[in-house]
Amino acid sequence: MRPAVPASPPVVLAGLLAAVFLLLALLGPMLAPHDPLAVDLAHRFAPASLPHPLGTDHLGRDILSRLVAGARTTLGAVLAVLTLVVALGLAVGGLAGMLGGRIDTALMRLCDVFLTVPTFVLALFMIGALGTGLANVVAAIALSHWAWYARIVRGLVLELKTRDYVLAARIAGAPRRAIFSEHILPGVVPPLAALATLDIGHMALHVAGLSFLGLGVQPPTPEWGVMINDARAFFWTRPLLVVWPGLAIALAVLAFNRLGDALRDRLDPALTAERGL
Amino acid sequence: MLRFVLARIALIPPMLLGVSLLVFVMLRVGPGDPALDYLRLSQVPPTDAALADARSMLGLDRPFPVQYLDWLWRALQGDFGLSYATRRPVLPELLGYLPATLELAGTALAVSLALSLPLGAWAAAHRDGWQDRLVRGIAVLGVSLPNFWVAFLLVVAFSVTLGWLPAMGRGGAAHLVMPALAIGLMSLSVNARLLRASMLEAGRGRHVLYARLRGLSEGAVARRHVFRNALVPVVTATGMHVGELLGGALVVETIFSWPGVGRYAVSAIYDRDYPVIQCFTLVMTLVFVLCNLAVDLAYAWLDPRLRHGREAA
Repeated sequence: MRPAVPASPPVVLAGLLAAVFLLLALLGPMLAPHDPLAVDLAHRFAPASLPHPLGTDHLGRDILSRLVAGARTTLGAVLAVLTLVVALGLAVGGLAGMLGGRIDTALMRLCDVFLTVPTFVLALFMIGALGTGLANVVAAIALSHWAWYARIVRGLVLELKTRDYVLAARIAGAPRRAIFSEHILPGVVPPLAALATLDIGHMALHVAGLSFLGLGVQPPTPEWGVMINDARAFFWTRPLLVVWPGLAIALAVLAFNRLGDALRDRLDPALTAERGL
Repeated sequence: MLRFVLARIALIPPMLLGVSLLVFVMLRVGPGDPALDYLRLSQVPPTDAALADARSMLGLDRPFPVQYLDWLWRALQGDFGLSYATRRPVLPELLGYLPATLELAGTALAVSLALSLPLGAWAAAHRDGWQDRLVRGIAVLGVSLPNFWVAFLLVVAFSVTLGWLPAMGRGGAAHLVMPALAIGLMSLSVNARLLRASMLEAGRGRHVLYARLRGLSEGAVARRHVFRNALVPVVTATGMHVGELLGGALVVETIFSWPGVGRYAVSAIYDRDYPVIQCFTLVMTLVFVLCNLAVDLAYAWLDPRLRHGREAA
């Protein structure tokens, strides 16, 4: 372990901001001042006021409440994507790295095929195959990113396999499964966690982008990308309606990116070179 | 060098074959029935007789490997079938939209390189000064802002408020500025940050110290010995951005009513227009693969070990 580096103020700020977003995602509906779905046509496009701090949208729905409720949709989807991606990456990369030989070759060729298609195009294709909707968008984003994770997990496993303590466990006759879970997994998880944190922002942009195209969350469910899409039609006269949800996405992505950066620098500087992003 | 190029090109056909199989299998194992979607888009009521007719017409009643090989054979000849929605051949239709998308993604790439290289070098030259902070700030923001939102903000600033730039459509250079900037911002930010870091790294090299000892001016040292070496990781990263730029173009197109493949593909996905989805995925993959080939060749050219035929590793 390297000595702990004191966190710089921007990182602390990013951490606080990320914590606020997570809290909103967790408690969202309880914190929202109004029902995010309540239509009030008498008060369409209300300007900012005390009851509606950010005003109302084209159906008179409270924008702040929709932003707060949207945190749960967007961040929940991102969490689901990352869980799937990490699980698939661990399973495929772990198997390939541990077993080696033909299975390794076959699994890595499969990864190559997935990595040959540009990520966003692959996600669009997967939605084409699975159908539209939030659950399918989550599956599509996971299916278009898992191969990166599998490759990184495999690399980590192969490297850890050469360590002396793993060799000692093998000589002592420990079964392969025990070697993996007790000696290799603990070394794989920290860099993988850093990578997943670093990817929260990237995945959130994917979710919002696909929802913005109308392929993800269906109205009236509040989600940041959908809110931008909803506001498009009134954009020339009321640009603020587009500004607020975009600001929410930007702040969330910014906070999680800074946090991921800090985590990665601490856990594994080598990971930076791996992805180039 | 020639051996490297040929070996690199030989990798492409098997990769594309793998992608074609993935595309075909995923669409068949996914939920939904192509025959049903075909009838829906043709506005024929899905009776049992009509479904059976559609199945035999689309060849869905044949064994799976036969279907795949038949489709692959036709696809290799440029025949991806007819769109269920428009009843026109898919490939010519898609190729009609493709140039607009490539123009946009290509301009975004050019904008990214044209801005990120001077910005990165500027930041490295003024390490820890306000210039450095400014560039680093732009870089951190640039990777966090959704490209479609940036596009809206640009329209608000330059079309709605100032009235300088056209808000939609394809035309001259003025039409390209905002979409290209919105799409390229991500790549620009990553590259500026990367070039700064790798110039600082390269500046510590012994050959740089030697160049200074030989009495070369700081400018010449920076240009010939630092910048050139620092460029290599940027080329690699740019190769990874090609996919992001293509994806960004697909999204941002819809905001500027840009007549590219974005809207065509999204409506095909919405309608489950299978032939269009297959063709779109394969054509975009081919574009991506060819761009990566170009990047690898540029990389080889920058790396003298490869250029002079001594294969590295």
